[in-house]
Amino acid sequence: MQDNTIQIKEKRYLKLSGLEPLVVTPESNFINVGERTNVAGSKKFLRLIKEENFEEALSVARHQVEGGAQVIDINMDDGLIDGKEAMVRFLNLVIAEPDISRVPIMIDSSKWEIIEAGLQVVQGKCVVNSISLKEGEEIFIHQAKLIKRYGAAVIIMAFDEAGQADNYERRCEIAKRSYDILVNQVKFKPEDIIFDLNIFPVATGMDEHRRNAIDFIEATQWVRENLPYCNVSGGVSNVSFSFRGNTSVREAMHSVFLYHAIQAGMNMGIVNPTMLEVYDDIPKDLLEHVEDVMLDRREDATERLLELAETVVGTSKERKVDLSWREESLQNRITRALVKGIDEYIVADVEEARLNVSRPIEVIEGHLMIGMNVVGDLFGSGKMFLPQVVKSARVMKRAVAYLLPFIEASKDGISETNGKILMATVKGDVHDIGKNIVSVVLACNNYEIVDLGVMVPPEKIIAEAKAKQVDVIGLSGLITPSLDEMVFLAKEMQRQDFSVPLLIGGATTSKAHTAVKIDPQYENAVVHVNDASRAVTIVGDLLKKETSTNYKDTLKEDYAVFRENFLKRQTVKEYISINEARRNKLKVDWKASQITRPKQLGVQTLENFDLSLLEEFIDWSPFFRSWDLHGRYPKILTDKIVGEQASELFADAKEMLQKIISEKLLIAKAVFGLFEANTVNEDDIQIVTASEEIEFFRTLRQQSKKAEGRPNIALSDFVAPKESCIQDYVGCFCVSTGFGTKELAEAYEAKHDDYNAIMVKALADRLAEAFAEYLHKEVRTKHWGYAENESLSNDELIKESYKGIRPAPGYPACPDHLEKKTIWNVLDVEKRIGVSLTESLAMWPAASVSGYYFGNLDARYFGLGKIKEDQVMDFAARKNIDFELAKKWLRTNIAD
Amino acid sequence: MSELLKAMQNRILILDGAMGTMLQRYKFSEDDFRGERFKGFHKSVKGNNDLLSLTQPQAIEEVHRLYFEAGADIVETNTFSSTTIAMADYDMEDLVYELNFESAKIAKNVADAISKKELNKPRFVAGAIGPTNKTASMSPDVNDPGFRAISFDELRIAYKQQAEGLIDGGVDILLVETVFDTLNAKAALFAIEEIKEERNIDVPVMISGTITDASGRTLSGQTAEAFLISVSHIPLLSVGFNCALGAKQLTPHLEVVSKRTQLAISAHPNAGLPNAFGEYDESPEQMASQVNEYLEKGLINIIGGCCGTTPEHIKAIAGIASGVEPRKFSYNK
Repeated sequence: MQDNTIQIKEKRYLKLSGLEPLVVTPESNFINVGERTNVAGSKKFLRLIKEENFEEALSVARHQVEGGAQVIDINMDDGLIDGKEAMVRFLNLVIAEPDISRVPIMIDSSKWEIIEAGLQVVQGKCVVNSISLKEGEEIFIHQAKLIKRYGAAVIIMAFDEAGQADNYERRCEIAKRSYDILVNQVKFKPEDIIFDLNIFPVATGMDEHRRNAIDFIEATQWVRENLPYCNVSGGVSNVSFSFRGNTSVREAMHSVFLYHAIQAGMNMGIVNPTMLEVYDDIPKDLLEHVEDVMLDRREDATERLLELAETVVGTSKERKVDLSWREESLQNRITRALVKGIDEYIVADVEEARLNVSRPIEVIEGHLMIGMNVVGDLFGSGKMFLPQVVKSARVMKRAVAYLLPFIEASKDGISETNGKILMATVKGDVHDIGKNIVSVVLACNNYEIVDLGVMVPPEKIIAEAKAKQVDVIGLSGLITPSLDEMVFLAKEMQRQDFSVPLLIGGATTSKAHTAVKIDPQYENAVVHVNDASRAVTIVGDLLKKETSTNYKDTLKEDYAVFRENFLKRQTVKEYISINEARRNKLKVDWKASQITRPKQLGVQTLENFDLSLLEEFIDWSPFFRSWDLHGRYPKILTDKIVGEQASELFADAKEMLQKIISEKLLIAKAVFGLFEANTVNEDDIQIVTASEEIEFFRTLRQQSKKAEGRPNIALSDFVAPKESCIQDYVGCFCVSTGFGTKELAEAYEAKHDDYNAIMVKALADRLAEAFAEYLHKEVRTKHWGYAENESLSNDELIKESYKGIRPAPGYPACPDHLEKKTIWNVLDVEKRIGVSLTESLAMWPAASVSGYYFGNLDARYFGLGKIKEDQVMDFAARKNIDFELAKKWLRTNIAD
Repeated sequence: MSELLKAMQNRILILDGAMGTMLQRYKFSEDDFRGERFKGFHKSVKGNNDLLSLTQPQAIEEVHRLYFEAGADIVETNTFSSTTIAMADYDMEDLVYELNFESAKIAKNVADAISKKELNKPRFVAGAIGPTNKTASMSPDVNDPGFRAISFDELRIAYKQQAEGLIDGGVDILLVETVFDTLNAKAALFAIEEIKEERNIDVPVMISGTITDASGRTLSGQTAEAFLISVSHIPLLSVGFNCALGAKQLTPHLEVVSKRTQLAISAHPNAGLPNAFGEYDESPEQMASQVNEYLEKGLINIIGGCCGTTPEHIKAIAGIASGVEPRKFSYNK
């Protein structure tokens, strides 16, 4: 531009705004970012968002601002919530609260679509947290350009195509490259760039971590000196990760770190203000030792700090536990073994303890319980995570197993437990990972578990509960028919005058279902337990004499209110008749549609499939979710809160996976078929089976009233109708990697190793999904061959970017489990590969996946939603089954 | 553009006054508003001032000429409500492109004709982009604070149509004005940036917020400085305030932004605050003496009038601003 004649030097400070401005000048104090409104960092906030308790979620934000946060970080990245919707909804509410929205907002997500949705609803100048070169320059530039256009500042993670920067040179290199691209190509204002240079823990005992803090500090200095006007931020608490439990040392470490980092130029970050010691108040020797570690001043800095840490434990405000493993006392060794989940020395330690006491039972009541209490406290306060606790339980079990013969020999009774809990996966359901985790966690807290296993009929649950005089009954289930089983059991408990509390858990269960359908059936306490970590508190409150009555009353009240609100809140949806819905079906131009004749029609079987081919198809995020670690893979491995645990779990999983593959511990089998097919009578897919017989897949059609131009879809719309005179095709399949799971898990259980028993099952589930993904690809590209030339990465597969779909009966597009029976007939599944159906139509072994294949380019996943009774009646007639039976199976989908 | 910048370095530029106030003088009837073309239109269109660019173009042309003759360097197109969102009230969404294009052409023709006569004083046209009648960051429903009547994308699309019509019609500047919700303005800026990139053109953008009351905040709650920060991400020719307040009440807010930005500053206040009858009755002389305070403090680069102002007001303001050194500013493309 020629107007350089009128250049005036403007001070280039980072300027942000909410309703009020925030200008970051060199004179500004360190800018503190509040992070309690982050579902990944705050369990409480996650719970509030999941429960849609936005009122209280807002008060979390308000507290942050009142407490001095100058920017609030908002993150909705969790597998169980619709992050985009939650982000927009919460931001819209925040914007309406001037006492919160006066400060600028940091929109935090690993998903670009969530970031963009957030940017579209905030008037002030936000900070995007974050983008990086991880996926290459093109995406980076695209995102940066849009961020600029939306008018936001941006956090750049020191991450590139080769991974996360973990030393001085890489930090500087990535920062410089990012900066140059942003400033020169995107024309991003340099003062709007904030670098997060990765704060990693020090004093981990590993040599490669020794320079973690000093590298960060030096890189910060380099960045501030060489990349004009930019800013540096980071999450401070990471640095002291290895001293979890020792608040005094951590506080000192944070202060020392900040002292040096701020001098080097770090000007904003996430710091918990209650976890900071005043630099000058740090005792001289502690300061020296901490600085030795931070600045990597001595070879033995870590050891010396660990030693000193002993002596400062207990001087801090918070109640805490001595985690030192340098202390040589027996109790501490046992406690450490339990907390750290190390089982190598436990038998020796327990033996030493046994020789010191008069009765062997005292080791359990004393040494081991002291250790387990520590575990319970740490877990309860969020300082330990589920996989660690399961490992602790493994150590505990080994110790008890060793002691049992001695106890029996001395005819000494087992000590009192906190209570007896019956756990069962209900009739027809085979899924037990969640149930086992809850059992282990409760067992760790000194509850006696009566585990009835899977597919437990209600009579057995009732009988066992009576015979064993249990204090609580816990029911688990993963598939939708299990919900009815739970309702039935609640009724039965009422009829037989039970008074013990009923716990409800498992993937399909919800507080809503529990409150609306189960709670009214049973006069006594019913609680939905949504994650394992809550089980202990809930059971504790239910059984402790002091709290019991009060807690039960509150529960009843809470569920009644919840039920009332839930019923009130339900929007009245409009429905149309099934005939109208059929008239509004998805219209495909069949004349123009490309239909490929499968290379090979009929049924094919794969036996003893090579598991190693499946590894790359595994979607890991659900695996972490099954361990209550929430976040997306691979980002979860570097997550501030759960990253360390996730990495450890992942390493264990990989090891187990290699063992399974190399020793062929699980057997994978599959059967699939491709058939000539046409839609008849709108909603039925008529196929010609391998034995030349006619068979029908009966589909269900959406019945809610749609906006103009939106069709009421059924799966049958994706197949050419008979009257079009065009020959079309469909397929169906069943894969399983579950053979051998039970035996392997039992072998671990016999060794008191629940951790690996659960691991085996969780991995088998993942392998089954991976197998389904693999087979679908083979079908698309080879056996059916309609997408011969596709090349998709695993990520794209997980995102379902392929053409054609593989919906599974029991899932949203076709919630009718009964259709599995048709698939079983058509493919002769049980005979060919041995996967059977339970009475609730769950597949056995559990690690199995079945479904249909639709190859049409218009085919897409959708949710059936609610349907009306006219369709149920029609469906029953088409299937030639009783109306009541159809109603039972479709219950969760029938509109009231 | 270089002509515009050159002019801004040499003198304080004068923006025109109110269009609506002037049009009231014509006392147009429903039939006048409809003209021949919309004779049989199914809905009343009286009050749709932007439509007059199509049905009474000679009146619009005349108002522009009166303002130029009073001393204005820049006139605003008659397009304050020419978006699909605001035109929905009249079922005239389909006319949006034409309204903007024709309004721009009318103004540009007048400007060109006068520029030709006075070669040393080129005249400019600013395409007026109003706030629409919906807010993207406030709920119209007090019982549902999370509700929004319009989304960013809907606004962005509507603004894009408007800006394209204005640019095609020949405007020299785009003026995003009477911003009461900064998010609406950000959608307009986003749309303008898209057009600039798609067409590989540059068009100077003025932005003008509205401080609604004595609290010193916009309707959506931002302080003047927060507003400034929120819209500073794209190249701006000027930032400032218009409407709602008179020149006197606007002074402290102009002082705030003037201290905090190197961008040029604009102001087009109302003719005082409305009296008991809702009329703006500050006389041209009174208003000019208020503006004199801006000049003495060196607060502004562009000055004009909003509601209630007339060519007489503009003439008085132009008179007092003539020969006064403009405030130093920078413009970065």
